[in-house]
Amino acid sequence: MRRFRDWWANPWGRPRFLVLFTALYLVWSIVPILIAIRFSFNEGRSRSTAQGWSLRWYTGDPDLSVLHDPDLRLALAQSLRLAAIAVIVTVPLGLALAVGLTRWRGRGSGTARGIALATLVTPEIVMGTALLLVFVHLLTFIKLGTVAQAIGHITFSLVFVVIIVRGRLLAIGPEYEEAARDLGASRIQALRLALLPMLVPAIVASGIIVFAISMDDFVISAFLSSGTATDTVPVRIYATGRTAPTPALNALATLTLVITVVIALVGFLLWRGVRAARGQTGSTVGEFAALDAEAVR
Amino acid sequence: MSEHERRVGAERGADGFWAGLALPGVVWLCIFFLLPFYVILCVALGTVDPIFQTPSPEWNPLQWNTSAFEFVFDGLFTHGAAFETVFVRTSVYVVVATVLSLLIAYPVAYYVARYGGRWKGLLLVGLIAPFFISYLMRMLAWINLLQDDGWVNDVLVWVGILDAPRNWLDGRASSVILGLVYGYVPFMILPLYAFLDRIDRSLLEAARDLGASPFQAFRMVTLPLSMPAVLAGIVIIALPMFGDYYTPDLLSGAPQTSLIGNQINLYIRGGQQIPVGAALVVVLMLFLTVLMSYYLYATARAQRRLGG
Repeated sequence: MRRFRDWWANPWGRPRFLVLFTALYLVWSIVPILIAIRFSFNEGRSRSTAQGWSLRWYTGDPDLSVLHDPDLRLALAQSLRLAAIAVIVTVPLGLALAVGLTRWRGRGSGTARGIALATLVTPEIVMGTALLLVFVHLLTFIKLGTVAQAIGHITFSLVFVVIIVRGRLLAIGPEYEEAARDLGASRIQALRLALLPMLVPAIVASGIIVFAISMDDFVISAFLSSGTATDTVPVRIYATGRTAPTPALNALATLTLVITVVIALVGFLLWRGVRAARGQTGSTVGEFAALDAEAVR
Repeated sequence: MSEHERRVGAERGADGFWAGLALPGVVWLCIFFLLPFYVILCVALGTVDPIFQTPSPEWNPLQWNTSAFEFVFDGLFTHGAAFETVFVRTSVYVVVATVLSLLIAYPVAYYVARYGGRWKGLLLVGLIAPFFISYLMRMLAWINLLQDDGWVNDVLVWVGILDAPRNWLDGRASSVILGLVYGYVPFMILPLYAFLDRIDRSLLEAARDLGASPFQAFRMVTLPLSMPAVLAGIVIIALPMFGDYYTPDLLSGAPQTSLIGNQINLYIRGGQQIPVGAALVVVLMLFLTVLMSYYLYATARAQRRLGG
């Protein structure tokens, strides 16, 4: 207590109000999540009173646990399936688009850049309505469900890959490719042998971001779902969050969170490893955060 | 357009190659982003099958039927009509939530960028963490806390602010706005942080050397310099908030907190009068386009003023 008083009274320290404010923000931001995770381990049915610890809502309960309730299990599987498809398709598509858009100067290039950026500022409900109506009335051969949802996820995550890769492209500069061309490489060889290896960190980072935003998505998944079988985790939380919630819903959300964080962590370590192998130094977390900030901009 | 782009692009015959590289992505966006907007228009300006109540889109612009738009504009510009009330409510919620978010985001981003020091890495992890937690899970966490027997009521009753537990989840604007702020504020902090982190410290030192107090240096150097980031942060969170319907559904679920997004969701997915829903989407888009244009104009002006 005395130490706190001294620190508060010290006029040369960091701005005390800001320290407290930031600390309070972080507590406010993280503690509700920790509490939600804690209730997923509740022995009893309540989500507001601590009633011992158990894995009942993960595996134990024969009907209501994530393992035994098909709705919950399918939701997790569907979320992971969509995120995997989104990463596999969006990253290469976005990579080519980013390289192309960054260097293509001719007629139409400005419009193409504008379209890509417009997806960034379009609210999800607008995109969701647009895709729903197009699949119902025009492209009727695409049925609502996994395929439609995957198309939606790819469409809104494409621009994030473009932004991340473009930032890295501008940082690398043209010299390496020019050198490769001078040494006799074709344009494609220069891309593949000189540029692509240098883009690996950006590719890994965009993979993580695409995975995270696909797992997070609610509106597109809900609008393009064909029914309970293709509901994702967020859709399930929305559907039962207020009506028939048990701690199993918290368990489902916790599992999703853990999977996302583990994937992001693996990706992050990979990214850091690649960077280190290429002799880049500096604060890795800081640079990663900048990438992330770039992506939401 | 940087020097680097010009040099690489200048290579003769290269432009077609780069355009070809971009082609798959551009085609994808044309089919799944541009085309759907035309379909929205055709549905909004189409007709409804009189028996099955299913919409029949009108593909020919010459035969567009504006009755859905008339219905929407009637409700939007008649005082006290349903759409007007909802639109005003949405705007108020978004403005209040955005201002609160800014009041939270700026100090936090400023502190981490300027004084993070050796804790910066850890603080950043804390700021990024919400990006990896699904928005719906973060709302679920608040449903848990705000229940009748939840911890919020427990604490408020224990401290003595409330005599009896209050029902927070039944149509309260405060709960919905809390949810919006909680949900969207991380998206504002990160770009603000990235921008504030890049501000040249020597400018602040110069201001101090010229006799400015720390507060004056902040007010006359940092704050004006960060205006573009503030505007960007506002746009980043205000645009999706205008389309939000799940936050009010989860934290209130009552008609008195219904937003534009709720109306769109009802009309589009409720099955009846889908053209009205489509027309609402078009109106929302036009409104947001006006906001975006103002943002681009304001950013350009802010940058001009800084001589950039």
